[in-house]
Amino acid sequence: MPSIRQSAYPDLLPDFRNLAVMARVLLAVNGLAVFGALFAAPNLAQGLERFVQAAAFLEPLLFVELLAFFLFSRLLARLTIWPGWTVVVALAVAIAWLYQRVVVAIATVPVPSAARTLVLAALTAMFLLAYFRLHTKAFSPALAEARLQALQARIRPHFLFNSLNAVLSLIRRDPKRAERALEDLSDLFRTLMADARHFVRLEEELELLERYADIEQLRLGERLRISWELDAAPSDALLPPMVLQPLLENAVYHGVEPATGPGEVLVRIERRGERVHATIENPHLEAGNQRAGNRMALDNIRERLALFFDAEASIATQTANGRYRVDIEIPYRRS
Amino acid sequence: MIRVFIADDEEPARERLKELLSDIRAEVPNEVAGEAKNGIEALERLPASAAQVLLLDIRMPGMDGIELARHLAGLEQGPAVVFVTAHDKHALEAFELNALDYLLKPVRATRLAAALKKAAGAGAPRREQLARAAGGPREYLSVAERHRIVLVPVRDILFLRAEQKYVTVRTKEREHLIEESLVALEKEFCAPEATHPFIRIHRNCLVARAAIRGFERSGTADEEAHWQVVIDSLAERLPVSRRQWPAVRELVAERP
Repeated sequence: MPSIRQSAYPDLLPDFRNLAVMARVLLAVNGLAVFGALFAAPNLAQGLERFVQAAAFLEPLLFVELLAFFLFSRLLARLTIWPGWTVVVALAVAIAWLYQRVVVAIATVPVPSAARTLVLAALTAMFLLAYFRLHTKAFSPALAEARLQALQARIRPHFLFNSLNAVLSLIRRDPKRAERALEDLSDLFRTLMADARHFVRLEEELELLERYADIEQLRLGERLRISWELDAAPSDALLPPMVLQPLLENAVYHGVEPATGPGEVLVRIERRGERVHATIENPHLEAGNQRAGNRMALDNIRERLALFFDAEASIATQTANGRYRVDIEIPYRRS
Repeated sequence: MIRVFIADDEEPARERLKELLSDIRAEVPNEVAGEAKNGIEALERLPASAAQVLLLDIRMPGMDGIELARHLAGLEQGPAVVFVTAHDKHALEAFELNALDYLLKPVRATRLAAALKKAAGAGAPRREQLARAAGGPREYLSVAERHRIVLVPVRDILFLRAEQKYVTVRTKEREHLIEESLVALEKEFCAPEATHPFIRIHRNCLVARAAIRGFERSGTADEEAHWQVVIDSLAERLPVSRRQWPAVRELVAERP
Protein backbone atom coordinates (compact mmCIF):
# COMPACT_ATOMS: atom_id res chain seq x y z
CA MET A 1 0.00 0.00 0.00
CA PRO A 2 2.37 2.67 -1.20
CA SER A 3 -0.11 5.51 -0.76
CA ILE A 4 -0.25 5.02 2.98
CA ARG A 5 3.51 4.96 3.36
CA GLN A 6 4.03 8.27 1.63
CA SER A 7 4.54 10.36 4.69
CA ALA A 8 6.63 7.82 6.56
CA TYR A 9 10.32 7.25 6.34
CA PRO A 10 11.00 4.73 3.56
CA ASP A 11 11.49 1.22 4.84
CA LEU A 12 15.17 0.91 4.25
CA LEU A 13 17.67 -1.44 5.81
CA PRO A 14 20.13 0.07 8.27
CA ASP A 15 23.31 1.48 6.78
CA PHE A 16 25.85 -1.23 7.61
CA ARG A 17 28.76 1.10 6.90
CA ASN A 18 27.70 3.38 9.71
CA LEU A 19 29.87 3.02 12.82
CA ALA A 20 26.96 3.79 15.09
CA VAL A 21 24.96 0.96 13.50
CA MET A 22 27.85 -1.41 14.11
CA ALA A 23 28.14 -0.28 17.70
CA ARG A 24 24.44 -0.87 18.22
CA VAL A 25 24.75 -4.39 16.75
CA LEU A 26 27.70 -5.25 19.02
CA LEU A 27 25.95 -3.97 22.10
CA ALA A 28 22.65 -5.64 21.30
CA VAL A 29 24.10 -9.07 20.48
CA ASN A 30 26.31 -9.11 23.55
CA GLY A 31 23.39 -7.93 25.64
CA LEU A 32 21.32 -10.82 24.32
CA ALA A 33 24.15 -13.23 25.07
CA VAL A 34 24.46 -12.01 28.66
CA PHE A 35 20.72 -12.25 29.07
CA GLY A 36 20.62 -15.77 27.65
CA ALA A 37 23.53 -16.96 29.79
CA LEU A 38 22.06 -15.51 32.98
CA PHE A 39 18.62 -16.84 32.15
CA ALA A 40 19.85 -20.41 31.71
CA ALA A 41 22.20 -20.41 34.74
CA PRO A 42 21.19 -21.11 38.34
CA ASN A 43 23.30 -18.25 39.74
CA LEU A 44 25.17 -15.14 38.73
CA ALA A 45 28.70 -16.59 38.82
CA GLN A 46 27.77 -19.54 36.60
CA GLY A 47 25.84 -17.26 34.29
CA LEU A 48 28.84 -15.02 33.74
CA GLU A 49 31.05 -18.06 33.22
CA ARG A 50 28.68 -19.35 30.56
CA PHE A 51 28.69 -15.97 28.88
CA VAL A 52 32.49 -15.98 28.76
CA GLN A 53 32.45 -19.48 27.24
CA ALA A 54 29.82 -18.46 24.72
CA ALA A 55 31.72 -15.29 23.88
CA ALA A 56 34.71 -17.29 22.68
CA PHE A 57 32.45 -18.73 20.00
CA LEU A 58 30.23 -15.70 19.52
CA GLU A 59 32.58 -12.73 19.19
CA PRO A 60 34.60 -13.93 16.16
CA LEU A 61 31.33 -14.82 14.43
CA LEU A 62 29.95 -11.39 15.22
CA PHE A 63 32.98 -9.66 13.69
CA VAL A 64 32.85 -11.82 10.59
CA GLU A 65 29.14 -11.01 10.20
CA LEU A 66 29.74 -7.27 10.60
CA LEU A 67 32.57 -7.41 8.10
CA ALA A 68 30.42 -9.27 5.60
CA PHE A 69 27.58 -6.80 5.96
CA PHE A 70 29.99 -3.92 5.63
CA LEU A 71 31.26 -5.39 2.35
CA PHE A 72 27.77 -6.09 1.01
CA SER A 73 26.31 -2.80 2.24
CA ARG A 74 26.14 -1.16 -1.17
CA LEU A 75 24.19 -4.05 -2.60
CA LEU A 76 21.93 -4.27 0.43
CA ALA A 77 21.17 -0.56 0.31
CA ARG A 78 19.35 -1.06 -3.01
CA LEU A 79 16.83 -3.52 -1.57
CA THR A 80 13.45 -2.56 -0.22
CA ILE A 81 12.37 -3.73 3.16
CA TRP A 82 10.96 -7.26 2.77
CA PRO A 83 13.41 -8.61 0.19
CA GLY A 84 16.07 -6.87 2.27
CA TRP A 85 15.03 -8.63 5.44
CA THR A 86 15.04 -11.99 3.68
CA VAL A 87 18.49 -11.42 2.21
CA VAL A 88 19.93 -10.14 5.50
CA VAL A 89 18.60 -13.09 7.50
CA ALA A 90 19.72 -15.55 4.82
CA LEU A 91 23.16 -13.95 4.69
CA ALA A 92 23.50 -14.01 8.47
CA VAL A 93 22.52 -17.69 8.58
CA ALA A 94 24.81 -18.59 5.68
CA ILE A 95 27.80 -16.93 7.31
CA ALA A 96 26.99 -18.59 10.63
CA TRP A 97 26.86 -21.93 8.85
CA LEU A 98 30.26 -21.41 7.18
CA TYR A 99 31.70 -20.24 10.47
CA GLN A 100 30.27 -23.30 12.19
CA ARG A 101 31.95 -25.58 9.61
CA VAL A 102 35.29 -23.86 10.08
CA VAL A 103 35.11 -23.99 13.88
CA VAL A 104 34.15 -27.69 13.85
CA ALA A 105 37.11 -28.40 11.59
CA ILE A 106 39.69 -26.66 13.75
CA ALA A 107 38.23 -26.83 17.26
CA THR A 108 39.65 -29.08 19.94
CA VAL A 109 36.78 -28.54 22.33
CA PRO A 110 33.11 -29.51 21.91
CA VAL A 111 31.23 -27.11 19.59
CA PRO A 112 27.51 -26.24 19.91
CA SER A 113 25.27 -27.97 17.40
CA ALA A 114 24.88 -26.41 13.96
CA ALA A 115 21.09 -26.27 14.14
CA ARG A 116 21.28 -24.26 17.40
CA THR A 117 23.78 -21.82 15.92
CA LEU A 118 21.72 -21.25 12.77
CA VAL A 119 18.42 -20.75 14.61
CA LEU A 120 20.08 -18.30 17.02
CA ALA A 121 21.68 -16.43 14.12
CA ALA A 122 18.35 -16.12 12.31
CA LEU A 123 16.48 -14.98 15.42
CA THR A 124 19.16 -12.46 16.33
CA ALA A 125 19.20 -11.05 12.80
CA MET A 126 15.43 -10.65 12.83
CA PHE A 127 15.48 -9.08 16.27
CA LEU A 128 18.09 -6.54 15.19
CA LEU A 129 16.23 -5.69 11.98
CA ALA A 130 13.07 -5.13 13.96
CA TYR A 131 15.00 -2.94 16.40
CA PHE A 132 16.47 -0.79 13.63
CA ARG A 133 13.09 -0.42 11.99
CA LEU A 134 11.53 0.78 15.24
CA HIS A 135 14.46 3.08 15.82
CA THR A 136 13.89 4.63 12.40
CA LYS A 137 10.17 4.93 12.94
CA ALA A 138 10.74 6.70 16.21
CA PHE A 139 12.54 9.45 14.29
CA SER A 140 10.29 9.57 11.26
CA PRO A 141 7.83 12.17 12.59
CA ALA A 142 10.73 14.57 12.18
CA LEU A 143 10.51 14.10 8.44
CA ALA A 144 6.85 14.84 8.09
CA GLU A 145 7.43 17.76 10.38
CA ALA A 146 10.40 18.93 8.34
CA ARG A 147 8.31 19.14 5.22
CA LEU A 148 5.59 20.95 7.01
CA GLN A 149 8.01 23.32 8.68
CA ALA A 150 9.93 23.96 5.53
CA LEU A 151 6.75 24.69 3.68
CA GLN A 152 5.49 26.95 6.41
CA ALA A 153 8.80 28.67 6.65
CA ARG A 154 9.06 29.26 2.93
CA ILE A 155 5.42 30.06 2.55
CA ARG A 156 6.41 32.31 5.41
CA PRO A 157 4.35 35.20 4.18
CA HIS A 158 7.26 37.51 4.69
CA PHE A 159 9.34 35.70 2.09
CA LEU A 160 6.60 34.78 -0.35
CA PHE A 161 4.89 38.15 -0.61
CA ASN A 162 8.05 40.18 -0.61
CA SER A 163 9.45 37.98 -3.37
CA LEU A 164 6.29 38.27 -5.42
CA ASN A 165 6.33 42.00 -4.89
CA ALA A 166 9.93 42.16 -6.08
CA VAL A 167 9.03 40.18 -9.19
CA LEU A 168 6.11 42.54 -9.87
CA SER A 169 8.48 45.47 -9.73
CA LEU A 170 10.64 43.82 -12.39
CA ILE A 171 7.99 42.97 -14.93
CA ARG A 172 8.05 46.36 -16.64
CA ARG A 173 11.68 47.32 -16.11
CA ASP A 174 13.37 43.99 -16.77
CA PRO A 175 10.99 41.31 -18.05
CA LYS A 176 13.80 38.79 -18.59
CA ARG A 177 14.95 39.09 -15.03
CA ALA A 178 11.34 38.77 -13.87
CA GLU A 179 10.99 35.54 -15.82
CA ARG A 180 14.10 34.15 -14.25
CA ALA A 181 12.95 35.13 -10.79
CA LEU A 182 9.62 33.34 -11.26
CA GLU A 183 11.47 30.27 -12.51
CA ASP A 184 13.68 30.39 -9.43
CA LEU A 185 10.64 30.66 -7.20
CA SER A 186 8.98 27.69 -8.93
CA ASP A 187 12.08 25.55 -8.54
CA LEU A 188 12.34 26.48 -4.92
CA PHE A 189 8.75 25.59 -4.19
CA ARG A 190 8.92 22.41 -6.22
CA THR A 191 11.81 21.21 -4.11
CA LEU A 192 10.07 22.19 -0.93
CA MET A 193 7.00 20.22 -1.88
CA ALA A 194 9.03 17.21 -2.96
CA ASP A 195 9.60 14.11 -0.96
CA ALA A 196 11.96 14.74 1.94
CA ARG A 197 12.63 11.07 2.53
CA HIS A 198 15.42 10.48 0.09
CA PHE A 199 18.98 11.61 -0.05
CA VAL A 200 19.88 14.30 -2.56
CA ARG A 201 23.24 15.00 -4.15
CA LEU A 202 25.12 17.96 -2.77
CA GLU A 203 25.13 19.62 -6.19
CA GLU A 204 21.31 19.60 -6.20
CA GLU A 205 21.17 21.19 -2.79
CA LEU A 206 23.72 23.79 -3.90
CA GLU A 207 21.64 24.62 -6.93
CA LEU A 208 18.68 25.17 -4.65
CA LEU A 209 20.82 27.46 -2.51
CA GLU A 210 21.74 29.52 -5.54
CA ARG A 211 18.14 29.86 -6.67
CA TYR A 212 17.18 30.98 -3.23
CA ALA A 213 20.12 33.38 -3.04
CA ASP A 214 19.14 34.91 -6.39
CA ILE A 215 15.68 35.71 -5.13
CA GLU A 216 16.99 37.25 -1.93
CA GLN A 217 19.57 39.19 -3.89
CA LEU A 218 16.80 40.65 -5.98
CA ARG A 219 15.04 41.99 -2.90
CA LEU A 220 18.03 43.03 -0.85
CA GLY A 221 20.44 44.10 -3.57
CA GLU A 222 23.85 45.08 -2.33
CA ARG A 223 22.85 44.65 1.30
CA LEU A 224 23.24 40.91 0.85
CA ARG A 225 26.72 39.62 0.11
CA ILE A 226 27.19 35.90 -0.01
CA SER A 227 30.65 34.47 -0.34
CA TRP A 228 30.65 30.91 -1.58
CA GLU A 229 33.62 28.71 -0.72
CA LEU A 230 32.73 25.58 -2.60
CA ASP A 231 35.96 24.61 -4.35
CA ALA A 232 36.45 21.61 -2.11
CA ALA A 233 32.75 20.68 -2.03
CA PRO A 234 32.19 17.08 -3.18
CA SER A 235 29.29 17.46 -5.61
CA ASP A 236 28.45 13.74 -5.47
CA ALA A 237 28.07 13.63 -1.67
CA LEU A 238 24.66 12.54 -0.42
CA LEU A 239 22.75 14.40 2.22
CA PRO A 240 19.14 14.74 3.37
CA PRO A 241 17.26 17.42 1.43
CA MET A 242 16.64 20.89 2.85
CA VAL A 243 19.45 20.82 5.35
CA LEU A 244 21.41 23.79 4.03
CA GLN A 245 18.68 25.98 2.57
CA PRO A 246 16.87 26.68 5.86
CA LEU A 247 20.21 27.60 7.41
CA LEU A 248 20.99 30.07 4.64
CA GLU A 249 17.52 31.51 4.97
CA ASN A 250 18.00 31.97 8.71
CA ALA A 251 21.34 33.64 8.07
CA VAL A 252 19.69 36.16 5.74
CA TYR A 253 16.62 36.70 7.88
CA HIS A 254 18.48 37.23 11.15
CA GLY A 255 21.90 38.42 10.03
CA VAL A 256 21.30 40.65 7.01
CA GLU A 257 17.74 41.94 6.86
CA PRO A 258 17.66 43.66 10.26
CA ALA A 259 20.88 45.58 9.50
CA THR A 260 20.94 48.96 7.81
CA GLY A 261 24.30 48.30 6.20
CA PRO A 262 25.45 45.42 4.03
CA GLY A 263 25.95 42.04 5.67
CA GLU A 264 28.15 39.18 4.57
CA VAL A 265 27.03 35.58 4.69
CA LEU A 266 29.59 32.84 4.25
CA VAL A 267 28.75 29.43 2.83
CA ARG A 268 31.64 26.98 2.98
CA ILE A 269 31.42 23.29 2.13
CA GLU A 270 34.40 21.02 1.95
CA ARG A 271 35.36 17.40 2.12
CA ARG A 272 37.97 16.40 4.66
CA GLY A 273 38.81 12.76 4.23
CA GLU A 274 35.65 10.76 4.74
CA ARG A 275 33.74 13.68 6.25
CA VAL A 276 31.84 16.56 4.69
CA HIS A 277 31.92 19.86 6.59
CA ALA A 278 29.44 22.65 5.94
CA THR A 279 29.64 26.07 7.56
CA ILE A 280 27.15 28.90 7.29
CA GLU A 281 28.07 32.14 8.96
CA ASN A 282 26.32 35.49 9.28
CA PRO A 283 26.74 38.75 11.22
CA HIS A 284 25.39 38.43 14.74
CA LEU A 285 23.05 41.34 15.32
CA GLU A 286 21.74 42.45 18.65
CA ALA A 287 18.43 43.37 17.10
CA GLY A 288 18.10 40.15 15.10
CA ASN A 289 17.12 37.86 17.90
CA GLN A 290 18.36 34.61 16.42
CA ARG A 291 16.74 32.31 18.90
CA ALA A 292 13.24 30.87 18.90
CA GLY A 293 12.54 30.31 15.22
CA ASN A 294 16.13 29.43 14.57
CA ARG A 295 16.25 26.79 17.26
CA MET A 296 13.22 25.05 15.80
CA ALA A 297 14.91 24.81 12.43
CA LEU A 298 18.14 23.58 14.02
CA ASP A 299 16.37 20.96 16.13
CA ASN A 300 14.62 19.64 13.09
CA ILE A 301 17.80 19.44 11.05
CA ARG A 302 19.54 17.71 13.95
CA GLU A 303 16.77 15.10 14.13
CA ARG A 304 16.86 14.47 10.41
CA LEU A 305 20.64 14.14 10.38
CA ALA A 306 20.33 11.61 13.21
CA LEU A 307 17.73 9.75 11.19
CA PHE A 308 19.90 9.57 8.09
CA PHE A 309 23.35 9.24 9.66
CA ASP A 310 22.71 8.10 13.24
CA ALA A 311 25.51 9.30 15.52
CA GLU A 312 27.90 9.99 12.66
CA ALA A 313 26.54 13.46 11.95
CA SER A 314 26.82 16.55 14.10
CA ILE A 315 25.53 20.10 14.10
CA ALA A 316 26.90 22.88 16.28
CA THR A 317 26.41 26.62 16.60
CA GLN A 318 28.60 29.34 18.02
CA THR A 319 28.68 33.09 18.34
CA ALA A 320 32.11 34.71 18.28
CA ASN A 321 33.61 37.99 17.09
CA GLY A 322 30.24 39.36 16.06
CA ARG A 323 29.51 36.39 13.81
CA TYR A 324 26.94 33.64 14.25
CA ARG A 325 27.97 30.33 12.82
CA VAL A 326 26.44 26.91 12.22
CA ASP A 327 28.68 23.92 11.52
CA ILE A 328 27.44 20.64 10.13
CA GLU A 329 29.48 17.51 9.74
CA ILE A 330 28.27 14.40 7.96
CA PRO A 331 29.98 11.25 6.70
CA TYR A 332 30.93 11.39 3.04
CA ARG A 333 28.59 9.04 1.15
CA ARG A 334 28.63 8.91 -2.61
CA SER A 335 25.69 8.30 -4.86
CA MET B 1 -1.84 67.02 -5.89
CA ILE B 2 -0.97 64.66 -3.05
CA ARG B 3 2.67 64.63 -2.04
CA VAL B 4 3.68 61.06 -1.18
CA PHE B 5 6.77 59.89 0.67
CA ILE B 6 7.88 56.25 0.40
CA ALA B 7 9.82 54.46 3.14
CA ASP B 8 10.79 50.84 2.45
CA ASP B 9 14.10 49.03 2.85
CA GLU B 10 13.72 47.02 -0.36
CA GLU B 11 14.51 48.84 -3.54
CA PRO B 12 12.14 46.76 -5.73
CA ALA B 13 9.31 47.50 -3.33
CA ARG B 14 9.91 51.25 -3.62
CA GLU B 15 10.08 50.97 -7.41
CA ARG B 16 6.82 49.07 -7.46
CA LEU B 17 5.05 51.74 -5.40
CA LYS B 18 6.36 54.45 -7.71
CA GLU B 19 5.04 52.56 -10.73
CA LEU B 20 1.65 52.22 -9.12
CA LEU B 21 1.57 55.87 -8.10
CA SER B 22 2.21 56.86 -11.69
CA ASP B 23 -0.51 54.44 -12.86
CA ILE B 24 -3.17 56.07 -10.69
CA ARG B 25 -2.05 59.63 -11.33
CA ALA B 26 -5.04 60.34 -13.58
CA GLU B 27 -7.47 59.27 -10.90
CA VAL B 28 -5.59 60.58 -7.87
CA PRO B 29 -3.12 63.32 -8.77
CA ASN B 30 0.05 62.66 -6.83
CA GLU B 31 3.76 63.18 -6.84
CA VAL B 32 6.61 61.46 -5.07
CA ALA B 33 7.98 63.86 -2.48
CA GLY B 34 10.85 61.65 -1.41
CA GLU B 35 11.90 58.21 -0.39
CA ALA B 36 13.99 56.54 2.27
CA LYS B 37 15.35 53.05 2.84
CA ASN B 38 15.13 52.95 6.61
CA GLY B 39 13.49 54.68 9.54
CA ILE B 40 16.37 56.97 10.44
CA GLU B 41 16.76 58.17 6.86
CA ALA B 42 13.02 58.79 6.64
CA LEU B 43 13.10 60.94 9.78
CA GLU B 44 15.92 63.02 8.32
CA ARG B 45 14.30 63.60 4.95
CA LEU B 46 10.63 63.64 5.67
CA PRO B 47 10.13 66.94 7.54
CA ALA B 48 11.64 68.98 4.69
CA SER B 49 9.75 67.07 1.99
CA ALA B 50 6.36 68.56 2.90
CA ALA B 51 4.84 65.14 2.23
CA GLN B 52 1.15 64.74 3.00
CA VAL B 53 1.03 60.97 2.92
CA LEU B 54 3.69 58.53 4.03
CA LEU B 55 3.67 55.00 2.60
CA LEU B 56 5.51 53.19 5.34
CA ASP B 57 6.91 49.65 5.45
CA ILE B 58 6.65 48.11 8.90
CA ARG B 59 9.67 45.82 8.95
CA MET B 60 12.71 47.96 8.32
CA PRO B 61 16.22 47.76 9.71
CA GLY B 62 17.34 50.31 12.27
CA MET B 63 13.91 51.49 13.27
CA ASP B 64 10.62 49.81 12.43
CA GLY B 65 7.76 51.63 10.76
CA ILE B 66 5.55 51.88 13.81
CA GLU B 67 8.23 53.57 15.88
CA LEU B 68 8.99 55.91 13.00
CA ALA B 69 5.33 56.94 12.86
CA ARG B 70 5.38 57.61 16.60
CA HIS B 71 8.26 60.04 16.25
CA LEU B 72 6.57 61.77 13.34
CA ALA B 73 3.51 62.32 15.48
CA GLY B 74 5.48 65.12 17.16
CA LEU B 75 5.64 67.15 13.95
CA GLU B 76 3.29 70.08 13.62
CA GLN B 77 2.28 69.20 10.06
CA GLY B 78 2.96 65.49 10.16
CA PRO B 79 1.93 63.36 7.18
CA ALA B 80 -0.93 60.92 7.19
CA VAL B 81 0.48 57.40 7.43
CA VAL B 82 -0.48 54.34 5.40
CA PHE B 83 1.40 51.27 6.59
CA VAL B 84 2.48 48.81 3.93
CA THR B 85 3.42 45.27 4.87
CA ALA B 86 3.85 41.87 3.29
CA HIS B 87 2.36 40.24 6.31
CA ASP B 88 2.72 40.87 9.99
CA LYS B 89 -0.11 39.26 11.85
CA HIS B 90 0.35 41.05 15.15
CA ALA B 91 0.80 44.44 13.59
CA LEU B 92 -2.29 44.00 11.41
CA GLU B 93 -4.44 43.11 14.38
CA ALA B 94 -3.16 46.15 16.23
CA PHE B 95 -3.85 48.36 13.20
CA GLU B 96 -7.42 47.14 12.95
CA LEU B 97 -7.99 47.77 16.63
CA ASN B 98 -6.58 51.27 16.48
CA ALA B 99 -8.09 52.34 13.18
CA LEU B 100 -4.76 52.77 11.39
CA ASP B 101 -4.65 52.42 7.63
CA TYR B 102 -2.60 49.73 5.95
CA LEU B 103 -2.01 48.09 2.59
CA LEU B 104 -0.84 44.56 1.91
CA LYS B 105 2.07 43.80 -0.41
CA PRO B 106 1.85 43.21 -3.29
CA VAL B 107 -0.30 46.34 -3.43
CA ARG B 108 -3.11 46.75 -5.96
CA ALA B 109 -3.46 50.05 -7.80
CA THR B 110 -7.13 50.41 -6.83
CA ARG B 111 -6.39 49.86 -3.15
CA LEU B 112 -3.55 52.33 -3.27
CA ALA B 113 -5.78 54.95 -4.89
CA ALA B 114 -8.46 54.45 -2.26
CA ALA B 115 -5.94 54.63 0.56
CA LEU B 116 -4.43 57.85 -0.80
CA LYS B 117 -7.80 59.54 -1.14
CA LYS B 118 -8.75 58.58 2.36
CA ALA B 119 -5.40 59.48 3.89
CA ALA B 120 -5.17 62.87 2.21
CA GLY B 121 -8.11 64.06 4.26
CA ALA B 122 -7.22 62.27 7.46
CA GLY B 123 -4.08 63.96 8.78
CA ALA B 124 -1.45 62.35 10.95
CA PRO B 125 -2.40 59.45 13.20
CA ARG B 126 -2.58 60.27 16.86
CA ARG B 127 0.20 59.37 19.18
CA GLU B 128 -2.00 57.22 21.40
CA GLN B 129 -3.28 55.19 18.46
CA LEU B 130 0.29 54.40 17.48
CA ALA B 131 1.47 53.72 21.01
CA ARG B 132 -1.27 51.14 21.46
CA ALA B 133 -0.45 49.51 18.12
CA ALA B 134 3.27 49.25 18.92
CA GLY B 135 4.61 45.89 20.00
CA GLY B 136 7.09 47.17 22.57
CA PRO B 137 8.95 50.18 23.91
CA ARG B 138 10.63 52.59 21.51
CA GLU B 139 14.36 52.50 20.86
CA TYR B 140 14.47 56.30 20.81
CA LEU B 141 12.71 59.27 22.33
CA SER B 142 12.24 62.16 19.98
CA VAL B 143 12.18 65.91 20.24
CA ALA B 144 10.39 67.61 17.38
CA GLU B 145 12.00 70.86 16.36
CA ARG B 146 10.65 73.09 13.63
CA HIS B 147 11.93 71.20 10.61
CA ARG B 148 13.61 68.23 12.07
CA ILE B 149 13.30 65.53 14.65
CA VAL B 150 16.08 64.91 17.13
CA LEU B 151 16.36 61.32 18.27
CA VAL B 152 17.70 60.37 21.68
CA PRO B 153 18.59 56.67 21.93
CA VAL B 154 16.90 55.20 25.00
CA ARG B 155 20.10 53.34 25.91
CA ASP B 156 21.90 56.70 26.31
CA ILE B 157 19.33 58.13 28.70
CA LEU B 158 20.38 58.35 32.34
CA PHE B 159 17.13 59.58 33.81
CA LEU B 160 13.75 61.12 33.00
CA ARG B 161 12.40 63.78 35.32
CA ALA B 162 9.02 65.46 35.20
CA GLU B 163 9.02 69.23 35.56
CA GLN B 164 5.67 70.92 35.26
CA LYS B 165 4.52 70.51 31.65
CA TYR B 166 7.62 68.75 30.33
CA VAL B 167 9.82 65.80 31.01
CA THR B 168 13.58 66.36 31.09
CA VAL B 169 15.53 63.69 29.28
CA ARG B 170 19.08 63.56 30.66
CA THR B 171 21.92 61.95 28.76
CA LYS B 172 25.61 62.11 29.59
CA GLU B 173 26.08 65.06 27.25
CA ARG B 174 22.95 67.15 27.56
CA GLU B 175 19.30 67.61 28.43
CA HIS B 176 16.24 67.54 26.20
CA LEU B 177 12.68 68.50 26.94
CA ILE B 178 9.88 66.31 25.67
CA GLU B 179 6.13 66.68 25.90
CA GLU B 180 5.14 63.30 27.21
CA SER B 181 3.70 62.18 30.50
CA LEU B 182 5.95 60.45 33.00
CA VAL B 183 3.16 57.98 33.72
CA ALA B 184 3.07 56.87 30.08
CA LEU B 185 6.87 56.72 29.96
CA GLU B 186 6.90 54.59 33.09
CA LYS B 187 4.42 52.20 31.54
CA GLU B 188 6.56 51.94 28.42
CA PHE B 189 10.06 51.71 29.88
CA CYS B 190 9.83 50.33 33.41
CA ALA B 191 8.76 46.82 32.39
CA PRO B 192 11.40 44.38 33.64
CA GLU B 193 11.64 42.70 30.22
CA ALA B 194 12.60 45.97 28.49
CA THR B 195 16.02 46.02 26.84
CA HIS B 196 17.04 49.13 28.80
CA PRO B 197 14.77 49.08 31.84
CA PHE B 198 14.12 52.11 34.01
CA ILE B 199 12.98 52.27 37.61
CA ARG B 200 10.88 54.87 39.41
CA ILE B 201 12.80 56.36 42.32
CA HIS B 202 10.55 59.30 43.07
CA ARG B 203 7.12 60.64 42.15
CA ASN B 204 8.80 62.74 39.46
CA CYS B 205 11.76 60.64 38.36
CA LEU B 206 12.62 57.46 36.41
CA VAL B 207 16.25 56.29 36.36
CA ALA B 208 17.89 53.89 33.90
CA ARG B 209 18.80 50.86 35.94
CA ALA B 210 22.09 50.45 34.13
CA ALA B 211 23.09 54.03 35.04
CA ILE B 212 22.82 53.55 38.81
CA ARG B 213 26.28 53.46 40.41
CA GLY B 214 25.22 53.39 44.01
CA PHE B 215 23.44 55.14 46.85
CA GLU B 216 24.41 57.79 49.35
CA ARG B 217 22.82 58.89 52.58
CA SER B 218 22.07 62.54 52.96
CA GLY B 219 20.52 64.79 55.54
CA THR B 220 21.74 66.03 58.87
CA ALA B 221 21.75 63.97 62.01
CA ASP B 222 18.64 65.49 63.53
CA GLU B 223 16.31 65.03 60.59
CA GLU B 224 15.59 61.65 59.11
CA ALA B 225 18.18 60.55 56.57
CA HIS B 226 17.36 60.26 52.85
CA TRP B 227 18.86 58.02 50.22
CA GLN B 228 20.14 59.47 46.99
CA VAL B 229 21.02 57.77 43.76
CA VAL B 230 24.55 58.24 42.44
CA ILE B 231 24.45 58.30 38.66
CA ASP B 232 27.16 57.26 36.30
CA SER B 233 29.28 60.26 35.24
CA LEU B 234 26.99 62.88 36.82
CA ALA B 235 27.71 65.01 39.85
CA GLU B 236 24.03 65.50 40.47
CA ARG B 237 22.38 63.24 43.08
CA LEU B 238 18.77 62.17 42.69
CA PRO B 239 16.68 61.76 45.82
CA VAL B 240 14.85 58.48 46.35
CA SER B 241 11.48 58.98 47.96
CA ARG B 242 10.83 57.07 51.15
CA ARG B 243 7.96 55.35 49.46
CA GLN B 244 10.06 54.05 46.54
CA TRP B 245 13.16 53.12 48.57
CA PRO B 246 12.27 49.46 49.38
CA ALA B 247 11.41 48.69 45.75
CA VAL B 248 14.51 50.46 44.44
CA ARG B 249 16.82 48.70 46.87
CA GLU B 250 15.33 45.32 46.01
CA LEU B 251 15.49 45.78 42.23
CA VAL B 252 19.00 47.07 42.26
CA ALA B 253 20.15 44.27 44.58
CA GLU B 254 19.04 41.62 42.09
CA ARG B 255 20.93 43.25 39.26
CA PRO B 256 23.59 40.90 37.93
